[in-house]
Amino acid sequence: MSNSPALHFHGSATIAGTPIFDPLDLDIAAGKWTCLLGASGVGKTTVLRLLAGLGDHIDHVGSIAASDGQSLAGRISLMAQTDNLMPWLDVFDNIAIGNRLRGDAVDGDRAERLIDQVGLTAHRHKKPNALSGGQRQRVALARTLMEGRPIVLLDEPFSALDAKIRAEMQELAARLFAGKTVCLITHDPGEAARLGDVIFVMNLTGLHSITPPSSPVIRPYDAPDVLACQGQLLRLLRETP
Amino acid sequence: MRPMFWPVRDSFCGCFVKRHDARASHRRGDNANPVFMAYSCRFDRPACFILPSPARVGLALFGNFELIAHHASVTMAEVMIGLLLGTFLGVVTAISLALSPIARVVVRPMMVLSQALPVFALAPVLTLWLGYGLWPKIIMALLIIYFPVTSAFFDGLMQTPRGMLDQAKVMQARPWQIMRYIRIPAAIPALASGLRLAAVYAPIGAIIGEWVGASQGLGYLMLLANGRAKIDLMFAALIVLAVLTLLLHASVDRLCSYVVRRQQA
Repeated sequence: MSNSPALHFHGSATIAGTPIFDPLDLDIAAGKWTCLLGASGVGKTTVLRLLAGLGDHIDHVGSIAASDGQSLAGRISLMAQTDNLMPWLDVFDNIAIGNRLRGDAVDGDRAERLIDQVGLTAHRHKKPNALSGGQRQRVALARTLMEGRPIVLLDEPFSALDAKIRAEMQELAARLFAGKTVCLITHDPGEAARLGDVIFVMNLTGLHSITPPSSPVIRPYDAPDVLACQGQLLRLLRETP
Repeated sequence: MRPMFWPVRDSFCGCFVKRHDARASHRRGDNANPVFMAYSCRFDRPACFILPSPARVGLALFGNFELIAHHASVTMAEVMIGLLLGTFLGVVTAISLALSPIARVVVRPMMVLSQALPVFALAPVLTLWLGYGLWPKIIMALLIIYFPVTSAFFDGLMQTPRGMLDQAKVMQARPWQIMRYIRIPAAIPALASGLRLAAVYAPIGAIIGEWVGASQGLGYLMLLANGRAKIDLMFAALIVLAVLTLLLHASVDRLCSYVVRRQQA
């Protein structure tokens, strides 16, 4: 997608006087998957919240800019670890919630197509409580796509799923988010090695760029270069503070 | 001869050690003794004008069934209308408070202050202003449930899960749409808790209203029966009131549970 811009994040963050991270520069490549890997508590989610415009309680000294110079408002969609589905809405209405919340007309055909693409046609009228964890994340994925935004922020969206479903969801997301500028926050080295066009490891000393495997995403989880990268990432996570 | 009124110290002793003597004085018909009179209330079966037997209450209930049913229907009408209006007003207030920080600063202290005024004290004023008909009782029921309904629903509206609100913000949702599609549905279980309380409180309001001035209703019937020493009828009306309140609470509880279950499944 040619209209997916690159993003540049610069700066430091404090929350209520507590420093979260020192000044850092993060470049998120246009139309590609940028993975931000780090242990819990290093401030990955803080970076993502600032990018998403959810940083009201965060003191950010720095800047966030898109490569096309335009504002980010209205060009971002977010998918978090918790699916944040509305328990009182069925699959269709959860996918269309963005339109409803903005007071727009709902493109029903588009919503149906997305339900089909994430493989939930048979569950169209079910409410979230009647779905499995994997199915719920599929709904969240379809909802993210329904927004049609060029930039997608993913905050550990697959971390609560079992290994099999997680691998399936990674493949589905890679296919459906193709061409979008994606920033994936994860603590799973394997996920970063499979999905990252660009990989950063974030720790207390800052951001470290890692050379990803040379094959295009999405990579097979058992390819030697993917496994080697996964090992390298895990070593880095363990060795540095 | 014993004095008419015993010294305080003796009567205290009597409470604990002289029961046997009092029984004896009962047999002698020595009723002028005030300590005995206190005993008779405490240890012997009370007179039927103090506490009628269940059988007498039962007889009064069936013997005056139509009378009680008529007055019960009036009271329940007051309660139901008060419940509906109070719920409506409470819901509207809670939503306004949740939408507007200014309303929160201005209205909330006033609401708390209004709770410092006992509704009981307002009943005579309402009767003065609105007469002896249904309205003062409906307003009493409304006033007594307004605060619990508003408070419960408002708390629910302010505790929407953070992630849903974040999602809405990224989606550039409008405040009213967030209220309509997220905050109100998320607060329905809290509103249900408020309504369950309201179902128990509303009859209290209506009865107080009837005590202050009425020509119909269970509260009126109870006062009337009491005044004519028909304590069995008074108890019959009281039992009907309690049963109706329990039924109302059970129905509201069922309805709320059904709605909350339906909402999420």
